[in-house]
Amino acid sequence: MRRDRSRLAAILPGLWLAAFFAFPFVLVLKLSLSDTALSVPPYTPQIDWSRLNAFIAGLDVETYARLVADRLYLDAWVSSLRIAGTATLLLLLIGYPMAYGIARCAPPARHALVMAVVLPFWTSFLIRIYAWIAILKPAGLLNAALAKLGLPAVNLLNTEAAVILGLVYAYLPFMVLPLYAVLERQDGRLVEAARDLGSPPFRAFWTVTFPLSLPGVAAGALLCFIPMAGEFVVPDLLGGSETLMLGRVIWTEFFANRDWPAASAVAVALLATLLAPILLFERQQAKVLR
Amino acid sequence: MRPSVFSLSAVSLGLAFLYGPIVLLILYSFNDSRLVTVWSGFSLRWYRALLQDRQMLDAVWTTARVGVLSATLSTILGTLAAVALVRAGRFRGRTGLAGMIYATLVMPEVILGLSLLLLFVAVDVARGFWTVTLAHTTLTLAYATVVVQARLSGFDRSLEEAAQDLGAPPWRAFLTVTLPNIAPAVAAAWILAFTLSLDDLVIASFTSGPGATTLPMRLYSQVRLGVNPEINAISTLLIGLVTTGVIAAWLVQRRRRA
Repeated sequence: MRRDRSRLAAILPGLWLAAFFAFPFVLVLKLSLSDTALSVPPYTPQIDWSRLNAFIAGLDVETYARLVADRLYLDAWVSSLRIAGTATLLLLLIGYPMAYGIARCAPPARHALVMAVVLPFWTSFLIRIYAWIAILKPAGLLNAALAKLGLPAVNLLNTEAAVILGLVYAYLPFMVLPLYAVLERQDGRLVEAARDLGSPPFRAFWTVTFPLSLPGVAAGALLCFIPMAGEFVVPDLLGGSETLMLGRVIWTEFFANRDWPAASAVAVALLATLLAPILLFERQQAKVLR
Repeated sequence: MRPSVFSLSAVSLGLAFLYGPIVLLILYSFNDSRLVTVWSGFSLRWYRALLQDRQMLDAVWTTARVGVLSATLSTILGTLAAVALVRAGRFRGRTGLAGMIYATLVMPEVILGLSLLLLFVAVDVARGFWTVTLAHTTLTLAYATVVVQARLSGFDRSLEEAAQDLGAPPWRAFLTVTLPNIAPAVAAAWILAFTLSLDDLVIASFTSGPGATTLPMRLYSQVRLGVNPEINAISTLLIGLVTTGVIAAWLVQRRRRA
């Protein structure tokens, strides 16, 4: 009886998400299969549920054919995955020692440090990326500092390196937190046992601590990789016109070219690419919460 | 377990990386010069300029309204979702609900924005304040659910059952026993939802219309024109506001726990 009542709580949020999260994907898919037209909104058919057959007959893959034919889209796809993948690896390399270090501290310091890692996440993403423009631009703070040290200037703004730097910077809290959650819960006696049995510290870490922390590694990597692959703000502000990423292509097709079907088709391609990681992430989360 | 030199330096270097750019940004909001690399003395001129920027102030007001409304809606819906996920055991649609919630957490914002826009166009509603609010509610609902869910799954259910055994109807037991107990998490969920709404550029750009320019949209159009100390000034104010809020919330929650 009591169970039945709490089940009712699912109705409102379920309907909300079905209407505003799941259903709109159908529209994206549909539009990606429509013709471009110069009107407002700039595409031909509206949905007409009563004539389903005509609707299906009207679908065409012209937009997709266009995307496959144009190298730009393939390049953007490849570089999205390359950039997000590189950033994820760097995040692991930076985030793991941080999470490990924090988990090693005494509890009061630990809480303050977790807080310190999370705090930048609460301040605007846009502003944090904007802060890097002032640092990286040719006449920026980095080059001013390098000049003082007598070193040659570097031109980082509007390069792929700047995009990766910005992604690492913006997503670091999302990497540290899941890693910390796993490392903090780990039983310290396991490492002690390995040490007592004569294992050197690094080996104890590599054979005991690290394998046990793999769920955290997977959670952090997925939590960062998936949104980074579709990121818009970072490549747009730090990447210049050279850096192609799918999120940015969707934005440009939509706002600059007003080609809604193309924007939708790229969105479908991005979503299809991320489907497997998203499903993995869901399984992971379900496991953690059980 | 004493932290080693290695872990201490990893943590401090990481924090320096996280805070360095923010500190520089704040510092240069008080710079008299327009140039980033030249420090020409302390000044509040960019803050004064900000106060006269009508469009910026309008954007702040729009963002605040969207934030409060969408955070409130998503906290209510998220709490309901958390109750269902934690309490109801296995039910039909549970996988679907949980799936949609976790997918929202990682979904690239461009996809969410585009798909919501197509929905608003398909049902032919004018884009503006309400469509952004709906979109932000959808985005933040998932985060609110996760925050409340974490607290709710640690809550001892027997307290609520005791209230029911003493004759309280289930809804009343929930409101008088459970809700006060999970209140800090509900508050945290609201703050998180509000901050995310305050922060969002991409979804707002897709779903907003004329007359409903949010602060990030306004900032973005300014940032595209280059570095401008006025942006540093408003960023500093935002950072100050959010930092104070988050630390206050944290202290409140800590005192409750102690």
